[in-house]
Amino acid sequence: MSHLILPQPDRAVIARRDSIVADLKRLVGAAAIIADEVGRRAYETDALTAYRRLPLAVVLPSTTEEVARVLSYCHQGGIKVVARGAGTSLSGGALPAEDAVVVAVSRMTRILDIDYVNRVARVEVGITNLAISEAVKSAGFFYAPDPSSQLACTLAGNIGMNSGGAHCLKYGVTTNNVLGLKMVLVDGSIVELGGAHLDAPGYDILGLMIGSEGQFGIVTEATVRILRAAEGARPMLLGFDSSEAAGQCVAAIIGSGIIPVAIEFMDRPAIRVCEAFAKAGYPDVEALLIVEVEGSEEEITSLLQRIGTLAKAFNPRELRVSQSPEQSAAIWKGRKSAFGAIGRISDYYCMDGTIPLGKLAEVLVAIARICDRHGLSVANIFHAGDGNLHPLILYDANDPQQAEKAEQAGAEVLELCVAVGGCLTGEHGVGIEKRDLMRVQFNATDLAQQMRIKTVFDPKWLLNPAKVFPLEGRQEAQQEASLAAA
Amino acid sequence: MRSDVRPVDEREFAQILTQASADATTIEIKGAGSKEGIGRPMATAMRLSTRALRGLTLYEPNEMVMAARAGTPLAQLEASLAERGQMLAFEPADLAAAVAGEADAATIGGVFATNSSGPRRIAVGAARDHLLGVRAVNGRGEIFKAGGRVMKNVTGVDLCRGLAGSWGTLAVISEVTFKVLPIPEHTETLVLLGLSDDIAVEVLTTAMATPFEVSGAAHVQSPLVARLEHPGLRGQGLSVTALRLENFVASVAARKDKLKAVLRAYGEIHDLDHDNSLALWQELRQLSPLKGSDQPLWRLSTAPSAGPKVVAAIARYTEVSAFYDWAGGLIWLEILPATDAGAADIRRVIAAHGGHATLIRAAPEVRAAVPVFQPLEAGVEAISRRLKAAFDPAGILNPGRMYADI
Repeated sequence: MSHLILPQPDRAVIARRDSIVADLKRLVGAAAIIADEVGRRAYETDALTAYRRLPLAVVLPSTTEEVARVLSYCHQGGIKVVARGAGTSLSGGALPAEDAVVVAVSRMTRILDIDYVNRVARVEVGITNLAISEAVKSAGFFYAPDPSSQLACTLAGNIGMNSGGAHCLKYGVTTNNVLGLKMVLVDGSIVELGGAHLDAPGYDILGLMIGSEGQFGIVTEATVRILRAAEGARPMLLGFDSSEAAGQCVAAIIGSGIIPVAIEFMDRPAIRVCEAFAKAGYPDVEALLIVEVEGSEEEITSLLQRIGTLAKAFNPRELRVSQSPEQSAAIWKGRKSAFGAIGRISDYYCMDGTIPLGKLAEVLVAIARICDRHGLSVANIFHAGDGNLHPLILYDANDPQQAEKAEQAGAEVLELCVAVGGCLTGEHGVGIEKRDLMRVQFNATDLAQQMRIKTVFDPKWLLNPAKVFPLEGRQEAQQEASLAAA
Repeated sequence: MRSDVRPVDEREFAQILTQASADATTIEIKGAGSKEGIGRPMATAMRLSTRALRGLTLYEPNEMVMAARAGTPLAQLEASLAERGQMLAFEPADLAAAVAGEADAATIGGVFATNSSGPRRIAVGAARDHLLGVRAVNGRGEIFKAGGRVMKNVTGVDLCRGLAGSWGTLAVISEVTFKVLPIPEHTETLVLLGLSDDIAVEVLTTAMATPFEVSGAAHVQSPLVARLEHPGLRGQGLSVTALRLENFVASVAARKDKLKAVLRAYGEIHDLDHDNSLALWQELRQLSPLKGSDQPLWRLSTAPSAGPKVVAAIARYTEVSAFYDWAGGLIWLEILPATDAGAADIRRVIAAHGGHATLIRAAPEVRAAVPVFQPLEAGVEAISRRLKAAFDPAGILNPGRMYADI
């Protein structure tokens, strides 16, 4: 798996490596630079491991000012920069390049301020997603977006990809939960956006930054919303004989006016693997929903009863409410460790398209057909409330032919998602992986407008090279924008 | 008086803008004109209205998604939603009362172009948080799309957020796709009377920090309460501090009791039943406490706990009346007339506390003379100029409405 074209590295920059490393050491101190090959190997890929490139050097800054010094230097020298958090990107968002310096914010983990009255926290973005929630847990608060990788992934990466999670049906994704940013622009200047107030003046630059995949600048600090947690939460399991019935049940729940905090879907292959791993008590059915509601004990009971009544119209095989915190934890453990559990039995390629919920049954049938045609199996796990699919295409990474087929099947699945009215990526980002598929979802005019915005922030296109935007059309956008700015 | 040109579809907009871009013809973009009096006055060569772009293009209640052409009247769209028990959860604020515009006239395009959000913003997010997709025509006359119709979508640059709140200065939004939510089964309100601003905001922020999902948290100073229609509240001569609870009947009842227990120390708590609650929050959404006045009106955004401090500091320079929403973080502030509408004092105070101030109501000559929108920090202003050029290189769309030369 590695058919994407990565540009030829700039030999002139690589030839200057020793002097660049010496300069970087002078700017931020030798302790913040990784220059030896073994050290750099640790940064050669992210969670899309099919692609690997050894970076020119790695910088681990401790302050915004250090990031600014490094960016200013690289900008002047025409050196490319790849921003990195924990390196958990599934789309290759943090893949380095041989002629690029990696700036990893993983040492910037401080909590700067927690303000319960105004319900915000100011943090350095190298902090892990879960660590924010842990820091405010004793006061009954939490940070809402909860990607499956929340134990490891950084807020920096969440901001870069506009990450979601299982509970965003109710609480929204990263862009709905960040109020302010401090960031370093490509030329090394430092800009602050927003703050503890609910909206920023002028254009929504904050909104453009979140999900910009390291293309626009490097974020160093953020003001995030922290929310008071509900009094309690409880999941129920609903098992069905068909994906269609499960999909109809989801529509019926939402149509009735109930917004559960999460609705997760698994098909039979996914259920079996997760059950073997987590012993969550999942029934062996064609399609399983985990539906979680929140509130007081009485509210939870009443909501789960309503949902149970609605579900009966779709002949559930299984209808079981969690009876204890231990059961609830096991149910979520199974779901949240699904990727790891499946990884124990096979290599897999994780897709991330979103579809309109009404197309669910037809899309699942079509995904099965696509994978079957390529001689591959698939397990489906997804956030049903918002139609965000995660088909896991199983293959053998040691077999180049299978790897190629998996990539081909994945592309066909994403094209299908777009064809039924959905999109290429719901939460993992475009990265390197879906760069060339962007033309499936957007026409040349749409892409040109996006690339002009890229040029606003990064006129020389030095940040996170060769990603997000198809390689064609880049020069035009760059020239046009420089003319307009002149 | 120029008449509005009303292109019949997106393509006609594109044709006109292509030509205008070549000729450097400046254009005012207008929906229904309900917010026409807001922003810096413009003198453009042409005025284009989106009013002929009407109609719902998608509504899937079970997927909580709707799409509409930009000129679709908000009232019509909300009626269609209500038939299926749904709503725009961010309950767009109706600024007509504040700027003597036509009430209930806004278009859905205008709502998103101004990121107009009402009391429930504090619980569910702003207009920009509910926008899923746009179609628009940029200043080159090119039709482009961004986002889509699904809830989760991180594909490409987030131009939806970029266009929300850009006041027609970047592109003409021709169609919007947005998230909708169920109308809560039941609504009740807890009201405390006669609190000072300090104590009121303490009550509001305390309530927001409980798990009871308060969906509206407002405080109206007594002189502005007199402008409410609400018969039970207007006659009291006291400030009104209101907390809204919405959900299924049983949930609201249980949460109300628990919230009351938390707030007991702050004094007597009055209940507003379902109908009275809907009436009060409808008035707050329509900015009823700000109607019928021509004094300068400011919209301040700050951290909730800073709200009363900001108001008290401004009150050292002029007479003020305040209506706090969003637990104290959004302040609608009326002040005595002044040559700069109080801009210098207000901007100095807000700078000290964090946040920003927008001059909503003032005579055109005042709005031409003082910055209406918060002046931007140099780095942000530079990005804003380049953004404008990236969408509208000839500078023809609503030139200067937000900032001079942008």
